[in-house]
Amino acid sequence: MAKTLEEINQKIRRGQVVVVTAEEMVDVVAEKGPKKAAQDIDVVTTGTFGAMCSSGMMINLGHSRPRIKFGGGQVRLNRVPAYAGLAAVDVYLGATALPDEDPRNAVFPGEFRYGGAHVIEDLVAGRRVLLEATTYGTDCYPRRQISTWITLSEVNEAYLFNPRNSYQNYNVAVNKSDRTIYTYMGTLKPRLGCANYCSAGQLSPLLNDPTYRTVGIGTRIFLGGGLGYVVWQGTQHSPAAKRNERDIPVAGAGTLAVVGDLKQMSARWLRGGSFRGYGTTLMVGLGLPIPVLDEDVAAQTGVSDADIQAPVIDYSHTYPNREPDVITRVSYAELKTGSIQVDGKTIPTTPLSSYPLAREIAGTVKDWIASGKFELSGAVAPLPGAESGMMAGPMPDHAPDKTE
Amino acid sequence: MKVSHKVVLHFPPIVVEQPVIYHLARDYDLAFNILKASISPQEEGIMVIELSGEDADFQRANDYLAKQGIRTQPLLQDIRRNDDRCVHCGACVGVCPSEALTLERPSMRVIFRADECVACGECVPTCPVAAMELHF
Repeated sequence: MAKTLEEINQKIRRGQVVVVTAEEMVDVVAEKGPKKAAQDIDVVTTGTFGAMCSSGMMINLGHSRPRIKFGGGQVRLNRVPAYAGLAAVDVYLGATALPDEDPRNAVFPGEFRYGGAHVIEDLVAGRRVLLEATTYGTDCYPRRQISTWITLSEVNEAYLFNPRNSYQNYNVAVNKSDRTIYTYMGTLKPRLGCANYCSAGQLSPLLNDPTYRTVGIGTRIFLGGGLGYVVWQGTQHSPAAKRNERDIPVAGAGTLAVVGDLKQMSARWLRGGSFRGYGTTLMVGLGLPIPVLDEDVAAQTGVSDADIQAPVIDYSHTYPNREPDVITRVSYAELKTGSIQVDGKTIPTTPLSSYPLAREIAGTVKDWIASGKFELSGAVAPLPGAESGMMAGPMPDHAPDKTE
Repeated sequence: MKVSHKVVLHFPPIVVEQPVIYHLARDYDLAFNILKASISPQEEGIMVIELSGEDADFQRANDYLAKQGIRTQPLLQDIRRNDDRCVHCGACVGVCPSEALTLERPSMRVIFRADECVACGECVPTCPVAAMELHF
């Protein structure tokens, strides 16, 4: 007997909903089987906390007197360039933007201590940020230069608008070369010296709804400590990735584009991150509830780390040259023992996303639902699924011809 | 009573040329293990060294070092984790050579044991959220 979303939301309003985290659901399904689990459990909550580079904030500064128009000019927040090609005082600041004066990798590996992501953290934490802009003047927007401190509470809209978050699975990075390399998957020791992975595994949102049966456009989520929504598929959404017998992708597959009001978020769940030799990124806390509509959903939310495999990929040559080689596949259960076997060698493993914080997020969403504060929103439109055949493709490669 | 201490020695320029470590071993019977040394004639030198031996010898050696104008400080104070900043991502664990930073399983929390730390400093730029602090 299937449940509907409305039935589940009624139970939430009555304070009678039965909600567990995805980690708890592993045991529930293992003990009772998916059919009984589907009868007993109404909602499963998921969570993840890790570096999500394709993140940024959309902000409307409010108009100055006299008015100024940023588009076509330059805007900086705490010396970090922001994007201004929109309406007069609409600005977008991305996580990986760096101040002009940051030396980057001039002295290798660079430290990248402060970028767009750190500005976002500063604002969410209530700290003031310096807005500086120069631009051309118009009759309607005569001002050409401005410099002012701002805080989050003083501006108009400020919303997190992340084009790619919550990756459904990801690579395990190793380094086959003879020198240490510095990547977005961390510092990788030479000659298969370590294996770094980045996923919440059995707690991960899209790994608990691998075919996007319940998650879709409009799904209400935990984002950065506050509420947010899935608004589109994320960039590089690749639902047609190879999947195992449980329909779980064995490589990075689906992604989510998400939005939420920055003013109700918290710096505990939005942190500026620096990856040595690589750059800055935003560490984002994200979680979402999955309504247990039927036995199939129950079975999928019962997924454990042992059921999810990830591809081990060389980041010294294979990844930078966009070659397809996968050395081997390992499960997250194996990765979390602390070592894996690759090419007959025992390699220590290192996580990059925080499982303890992912657990805390799933627990927080569970509490919100149990206390009646959070009702599930259904998807108003689905995300493209595997049957769409969608896979992220390469950049167009047509070098301009001198004779054209 | 046998003791073992990791200490940081700060050498003023004039002392850099003297075989201080040799004297520590020969005159005060202390076994030594140099963990890190950064010394140049123009500036103050810093050496991270593990010294092991009898407690009484260690105290006398401390007096000798002080008389040479060498400042000592226990290593324990040098690398600290800011617990408010740490997100337990685990990135530091991969670069720690002495297993001062490890993962507790199954909680996956990062544990920092200061007495295992050799203050190599690798965790400081590796930590994505600048939770590891180097104090000299």
